[in-house]
Amino acid sequence: MADIKVAAYICKGCGLGERLDTDALVKVAQKDGKVPLVKSHDFLCNADGVAMIRNDVANEGVTHIMIGACSRRAKTEAFFFPENAVARANLREGVIWIRPDTEEARETTQDMAEDYIRMGCAEVKAMTAPGGNPNTGSNKTLLVVGGGVTGMTAAVEASKAGYPVVLVEKSSALGGWGARLFKRIPIHEPFKSPADTGVADLVSQVMGDSNIKVYLNATIAKTEGAPGRFVVDVATESGATHTEDIGAILQATGFTLYDMNKLPELGAGKSPNVVDQAGLEALASEAAAKDGVIRRPSDGQPVTSVVFVQCAGQRDTTGTHLSYCSGYCCNTSVKQAMYFKDANPSVETVVVYTDLRTPGNGEDFYRSAQEKGVIFTKGKVSQVLPSGNTSTVKFHDLILDDTDATIADVDLVVLATGQVPNSGVNIEALAKPQVAGEEGEAPAEGEAVEVKPISILNLTYRQGPDVPQLTQGFTDSHFICFPYETRRTGIYTAGPVRRPMDMAQAREDATGAALKAIQALENAELGRAAHPRSGDLSFPKVRLEGCTQCKRCTVECPFGAIDEDEKRFPVFNESRCRRCGTCMGACPVRVISFENYSVNTVGAQIKAVDIPDEFSEKPRILILACENDAYPALDMAGMNHNEYSAFVRIIPIRCLGSVNTIWVTDALNAGYDGVMMMGCKSGEQYQCHFVKGSELGRVRMSKIDDTLKTLNLESERVRDLEVAITDIKRVPEMINKYAEELVAIGPSPFKGF
Amino acid sequence: MSANTAMATKYRNSFLKEVEEQVEMGDWVKMCMQCGVCAGSCPVNFQSAWEHPPQEIFMMIRAGKREEVLTSPSMWNCTSCYNCIVRCPRKLPITHIMHGLAEYAHRLGIAPKMQPTRFFSGLFWKNATKTGRVNELKLSMGLYFKDGFGAGVKEGMKMKDVALGLIKAKRLNPMELLGGHKCKDQKGIQAMLKKAYEIERSRKAAKMAG
Repeated sequence: MADIKVAAYICKGCGLGERLDTDALVKVAQKDGKVPLVKSHDFLCNADGVAMIRNDVANEGVTHIMIGACSRRAKTEAFFFPENAVARANLREGVIWIRPDTEEARETTQDMAEDYIRMGCAEVKAMTAPGGNPNTGSNKTLLVVGGGVTGMTAAVEASKAGYPVVLVEKSSALGGWGARLFKRIPIHEPFKSPADTGVADLVSQVMGDSNIKVYLNATIAKTEGAPGRFVVDVATESGATHTEDIGAILQATGFTLYDMNKLPELGAGKSPNVVDQAGLEALASEAAAKDGVIRRPSDGQPVTSVVFVQCAGQRDTTGTHLSYCSGYCCNTSVKQAMYFKDANPSVETVVVYTDLRTPGNGEDFYRSAQEKGVIFTKGKVSQVLPSGNTSTVKFHDLILDDTDATIADVDLVVLATGQVPNSGVNIEALAKPQVAGEEGEAPAEGEAVEVKPISILNLTYRQGPDVPQLTQGFTDSHFICFPYETRRTGIYTAGPVRRPMDMAQAREDATGAALKAIQALENAELGRAAHPRSGDLSFPKVRLEGCTQCKRCTVECPFGAIDEDEKRFPVFNESRCRRCGTCMGACPVRVISFENYSVNTVGAQIKAVDIPDEFSEKPRILILACENDAYPALDMAGMNHNEYSAFVRIIPIRCLGSVNTIWVTDALNAGYDGVMMMGCKSGEQYQCHFVKGSELGRVRMSKIDDTLKTLNLESERVRDLEVAITDIKRVPEMINKYAEELVAIGPSPFKGF
Repeated sequence: MSANTAMATKYRNSFLKEVEEQVEMGDWVKMCMQCGVCAGSCPVNFQSAWEHPPQEIFMMIRAGKREEVLTSPSMWNCTSCYNCIVRCPRKLPITHIMHGLAEYAHRLGIAPKMQPTRFFSGLFWKNATKTGRVNELKLSMGLYFKDGFGAGVKEGMKMKDVALGLIKAKRLNPMELLGGHKCKDQKGIQAMLKKAYEIERSRKAAKMAG
């Protein structure tokens, strides 16, 4: 680009002027950085300093700005120049705050600052100002899949926020599981008795809302497009297909109760007097319609004793049943025991539990049940033996350590079986046999994965028809940091499809997810990224001429953003992209880049660093630090003045997944003594903001050893580290330790070539 | 029919109900949530005599283990330190329930006969109500000879020096053995006790009847 004009600004505030030789920095920017316009300022982020930059942009034709001041994470409002390419050299958190203020340290500290200025100048020249994704859609309709409590709540909330909603429900009526309950766990003071479900109200609210279009007996036949411009085919029972234009999707497909027939040892299927929790709700509703007396199904006699078996087929350690706790069943059994006690206090009600878990205000509810005379017994039920009209419950009493405890003559046994998510097709399980098939191997017998046959969203995405799952069939989401996000941008999941939960939690979940969906479609219209780089205007650009159709980007994209055209070239759906750069890191021919983040912007920084010769005793360590966790941790280390080696040069990266191996080999070839990569925890307990980014990055980097061998270098020269945002003390320690280790290994043989 | 069998018949298979109605503060038993803080707080915890901590006693009551609970020496071991009451997250008056259970077992006549606390309680009561004054010498002698003459002499010899010291310091009068000091109004005391017994008997009879 011919018409770029770069300007560099160096701040003297916050002690930079005292600790560093800023005049030398100005010279470095002019000479090494080859920047024509370089200015220093006593206090760059104040109104006067910012006005100076603005003036240069307006009157001097400056297009590219390099700011040598504080971290790029600081003063973002002052240094906000959306029209320009901006690079920041981190002289404060990254240099003076992590170095001792001593005479001996002065030289290496200055070296560090000068390198960061060189890097900033090199980076900014390789950048252009991001213009925003042009391929946007502006549809503002929210599609809600599932008409249960979660779905209806989401629909109502979105409608209240002013967004039209299309609600698709598979069955013939709204309400889902909620409608099948007799009463619900109370959500208001004093949390003492079962309350009205409120589902009927919610249904009438949905039906009476002109902003909500409801399809009953309908499924999603096809979903294509991207946030802001989804096109969804809704198939109705009559066979007709309605096409809806959709902005964002909220999947609230709920759960199925774990099949109690898998629990014959607990009497399931052996007697009608053994029911699951839904079965009891039906009995209670039936009773309420008549005389209020719950009767045992076998002969219609009133129930005089009932036993609730908690964790039936749940928290199973043998691998046969559900391994997890569904979290709502204890409260539900408390509630159901009250159905009996409220109607007739003389009914014997025993809840056999291993750990009573009553989230929310369930503790008050539990206490109320005890006051009402429900007996809670800590034990593990081993057998339910139905005989005639009664059953015998055998259990291991965990308090008295009685392995042969028995409750005889029980009229009704209720099994708390737990939730199994309705999350559609497990696309990762699907992918396996496909790959095997391509390689000409038939999947081994018995290895065939259990695939739920019915897809819910029927996405036309290259990576599969449904949202990816994390574990146990629950859709992928980060439990704490970003609960509603799936790995499909603009598609959010809420309710028990996301994790097991009760109605109160589901309603909260629905509201949160609806707001996230609204955010996503608004961002999509403006061509901006959604979480976690929300507002980012850059997007991946591909030079298709260079593409070898290797498919790595389409396979690896953690968000399924990239499809393939008929010729197997990648098709980037920018609105689905989260801007992690995993495609860029994956691309072996390096044709994928972002305007302000590319193989070049990082590569230029790596090359800009001055590498002293091997006799100087000044090693150079390159750190590629994830901007979400590692870089903030390093910044905070600076704020706490936790010192670390002056020989490191840190480059923030969007994600470990965006690291292209060329950076590492370039750095080693250029004479760096070591490379540290700092990314988030990967695996099932991942902390990566891009879910799979750090994992994919690590897989790629695990192959770096071969490269090192061909370069005849020690494998210790590249180190992969898991860093969390809280590692404020640990990161400097790791850096210093590594620096010492490298001294032992000796300088890189590539210096001076 | 003994009081015990009468009660057992009355409440047939609901020991919890029996405890709720008959035992002082017994209606709190159902509120225990089995956290075990009482057991962890009890200073008697590590003594072998302490068969069941309160948590277990409550669970046994709910499980209907009537015989086992009422004949257990556990609640007799309570020292009334009140740690459990202070710490119970469910605010159960555990100390009182322990005493309530002990008293109920005693009332039914099935509490362990020679359990030291129970034995001493009886001894103390008899001693104190006889004259309206506690005769400490007789009280301790009674306790020494609890397990027979030989054991009593042995225990007495062991405590000989203490006794002599107390006598020297005029804290113990050997003459007490011959009757000892008394309350002035002997008749008044006995009349008062009689009335109290009467009130208690009628209250308990009413409770046990129903």
